[in-house]
Amino acid sequence: MLSPELGRFALALACSLAVAQFVLPLTGAWRRDPRLMATAPALAFGQLACLALSFVCLAAAAIGDDFSVANIAENSAIAKPLLYKITGIWGNHEGSILLWSLILALCGGAVAWFGRTLPSTLQARVLGVLGGTAAGFELFCLFTSNPFDRVWPAPVDGHGMNPLLQDPGLAFHPPILYAGYVGFAVPFAFAVAALMEGRVDAAWGRWVRPWAVAAWCFLTCGIALGSWWSYYVLGWGGYWFWDPVENASLLPWLTGTALVHSAIVVEKREALKVWTVLLAIGTFSLSLSGTFLVRSGILNSVHSFANDPTRGVFILGLLALVIGSALLLFAIRAPKLSAGGTFAPLSREGALVMNNILLCAICAVVLTGTMYPPFASLLFGSAISVGKPFFDATAAPMALPLLAAMAIGPMLPWKRAQLAPVLARLWWAGLLAGIVGLAAARGLKGVLPIVAFVLGVWVIAASAASLLQRIGHRRGTAFRDSLHRARMLPRAVFGAALAHAGAGVTVIGLAAMSDASHAIVAVHTGDSVQLAGYRWTLTGLADAAGPNYRARVATIEVRRHDHLVTVLHPSRRDFASQNQTTSEVAIHTNGMADLYAVLGDEHDSGPGKDNEHTAILRLHYNPLAPWMWLGALIMAIGGALSLSDRRVRVGAPRRARNAVAVPAE
Amino acid sequence: MMPPGSLLSRRRVLTIAPLAGAAAVGVGFWAMLAGMGRGSFDPHDIHAPALNRQVPPFALPDQAPGHGFSSADLGAATAPLLVNFFASWCIPCVIEAPLLISLKGRLPVWGIAYKDRPDDAAGFVTRTGSPYARLAADRPGLTAIDWGVSGVPESFLIRPGGTIAWHTAGPLTQEIIDRQVLPLAAELRR
Amino acid sequence: MRRLLLALLPAVLLATILVGPALAVSDPAEMLKNPRQEARAEAIGSQLRCLVCQNESIEDSGADLARDLRHVVRVHVAAGDSNRQIMDWMVVRYGDFIRLRPRLTWVTLLLWASAPLALVAGLVAAWLGMRRRALPPAPLEAAERIRIAELLR
Repeated sequence: MLSPELGRFALALACSLAVAQFVLPLTGAWRRDPRLMATAPALAFGQLACLALSFVCLAAAAIGDDFSVANIAENSAIAKPLLYKITGIWGNHEGSILLWSLILALCGGAVAWFGRTLPSTLQARVLGVLGGTAAGFELFCLFTSNPFDRVWPAPVDGHGMNPLLQDPGLAFHPPILYAGYVGFAVPFAFAVAALMEGRVDAAWGRWVRPWAVAAWCFLTCGIALGSWWSYYVLGWGGYWFWDPVENASLLPWLTGTALVHSAIVVEKREALKVWTVLLAIGTFSLSLSGTFLVRSGILNSVHSFANDPTRGVFILGLLALVIGSALLLFAIRAPKLSAGGTFAPLSREGALVMNNILLCAICAVVLTGTMYPPFASLLFGSAISVGKPFFDATAAPMALPLLAAMAIGPMLPWKRAQLAPVLARLWWAGLLAGIVGLAAARGLKGVLPIVAFVLGVWVIAASAASLLQRIGHRRGTAFRDSLHRARMLPRAVFGAALAHAGAGVTVIGLAAMSDASHAIVAVHTGDSVQLAGYRWTLTGLADAAGPNYRARVATIEVRRHDHLVTVLHPSRRDFASQNQTTSEVAIHTNGMADLYAVLGDEHDSGPGKDNEHTAILRLHYNPLAPWMWLGALIMAIGGALSLSDRRVRVGAPRRARNAVAVPAE
Repeated sequence: MMPPGSLLSRRRVLTIAPLAGAAAVGVGFWAMLAGMGRGSFDPHDIHAPALNRQVPPFALPDQAPGHGFSSADLGAATAPLLVNFFASWCIPCVIEAPLLISLKGRLPVWGIAYKDRPDDAAGFVTRTGSPYARLAADRPGLTAIDWGVSGVPESFLIRPGGTIAWHTAGPLTQEIIDRQVLPLAAELRR
Repeated sequence: MRRLLLALLPAVLLATILVGPALAVSDPAEMLKNPRQEARAEAIGSQLRCLVCQNESIEDSGADLARDLRHVVRVHVAAGDSNRQIMDWMVVRYGDFIRLRPRLTWVTLLLWASAPLALVAGLVAAWLGMRRRALPPAPLEAAERIRIAELLR
């Protein structure tokens, strides 16, 4: 029933519907034909349904071990656990493109559903742009990356999946990350639609912001999950490597964060309009280019592209079409957008502009660093590397003024502000940050971590201060009054404060991790090692069997002052079918630090020690490590909280009647 | 509410800038992809600066079935020769072996077995038909580092007198041999 | 994130090099006995790129070549070479590719200038925008003046 052929057919049908979703509503909006425009939501729902069916067909083939499907044969195996048979669908190039298309269709469906109150021409244009983008990816999927291709004769068993990928954290990482990447397609479509209409106003800002915030939340979670995965799977205690693949996700996050902030200025003050439109286009462009250029072989590993040159050319053509036409429209239309409201440099708007400048400057540096090696090779024929030491030295310091400013920004009034009264409200936050910072300075080494730690505390304290200010809490105010005011406060205010505090938590974690310590030791069973005030004792080594691997498990007792803290079981897994070994890290966390152990090779101890092996252990003490990801989670929760704000739930505001529009088309 | 003319033009320039920038980057990517297709652009090429240097000093032991050699032997050579780093565990080396054998009589090839067990290397060389005139073993892999070798196979064309005239990281192909190695060797012989 | 790379590139086969499993637990026997020397060796190693891996330093990598290079660094450190001498030794053999922190040359000038350039460009753009907004609105045209007069009548 759910055959691969049905899946392929559904995919082709979805592609046709996407083309219709591109052509009909845009023509309708252009010719002011309400019947054509009204087709947009139906086509979006139809496309979503077809893609969902197509995806279910692929899932059925994966779960049913249908190795006559080339994609399943190459990436799955009978012995693979069910969970990874399902998540393995998107664990390879073809399947991930299908997931990408499905999420894009979901975005279209969401705009069709939640955007019912949008002006019909705007909704038709947004859905039209989304349809055109989706059609491109579905064509790419159909012609160069079809997951439904069959092989004959069908193998008895599949090749299996890279064991490193058989991990629950990883399994759910791509959908979340893609939801972030693809989610920015909606602000992109809104920006292009606004350029077509020749009009950007406060209402546009208010419509586009929730979509940007939603995508931002997913992207934040996706990046954090990826970082966490590399921390506990790759097993050398690192969490961020400034690898091109990581940078590809960081770039749209940076501009997306800028977009979430600049859209506020559009909504409240009708300023920064051209800039916000550009950010919306740029963010999705970076999402697209990042993920796809990584697959082309230019930035990264040698292979997937070399195998199939048409794939890289198709990707580049698609990027040129989507990004190029949006930027061309921007170049033609943006100068005609009306100018925005005025404000003084020192004001809420000014602070948000500063935020945008710093975020985009960091983005520019990361982008330059990531793209520099291939371009240096192309233009000058010189092979250079740009790695962690470069980014640590350039991009990281630029985040510090951002942190300093993000504490003050939310407390400034719009249009024109005085610094003194704001600082007067923040004196206790500054004092707290200073005291904590001095305490931290005794534990941390290096200027950058100490400054970052102080600023992290400062941001958290200032977020609390901004909330207290909003609920009017000061000495003498009745607690009940404050509580009442807090209840009346829009959730977006809490969301913003929470998101800022989350950023502070992440920064504190990052700063503290600079003080992480580790030891690499060769020990016999019964031996103890001292690290970071803990006594780590190897008490046993044993063999164990898993579903598709054999494991060697060490038992390590960790004591502090003779009190047993935890027992860690790091292990090594041998996957015979892939001839690969993975190492399973054991982590114990108490919220303030991670105790982290990795089991390395074993050696014979040599003569005199019968049947005794020396095991090599890598032990880490990572202070405040969980805070890095906890902060990201708090940021995302803050974003979600502001999405639940009444103003967003109630629906779209009416467009101001008196706004002067430049005639479209 | 149109800004004055000069500002309009500056605004126009600013709004075209993103398109121009993206187009430039796109052309760059296109050139890279085209170059990768032709083999003229490899973003992973290390460009190890081996050329025109005297070979680093080394003395390597025998690897059966051949005799080891040292930098002095290379320096004493009177004709150009090809030094080939290989290993029995390296799949591209297996693919490369017939090409090396086809060089017999045209260009002497001296082999260095990189981080290989002596038996494995000997078995590999015998199986493939012994393309090597001299054969040395670099079990610790430290001589290879001195040469700037980042993987196997890698080949170096040595001038008489022991300087490096040409180098490639990765397997030789018929095309590389016909277009680059043999013409250069002929030139060096003159 | 590295998962993405692995996930998206089916069968990540390195063409010319056999990379060992990603077990970055190196043998303590290869570490220097003197902790200060060992710390210095680690600092140098973290600036050197593993030539056969993605973007890792030789200290982070489990590849065989990275292990050999770690060994070479430690031999040089133990022999009393300066950081610069060791770095130069590596660059002579592997070129600038091995530096994770690129040297400032004409080629990398734009790279190192990217941070200040981006900041200055942002500030200038903001200043221009601010100044434009501060300009008084353009004087009314004759037609507009007539229309206002009509409306006010």
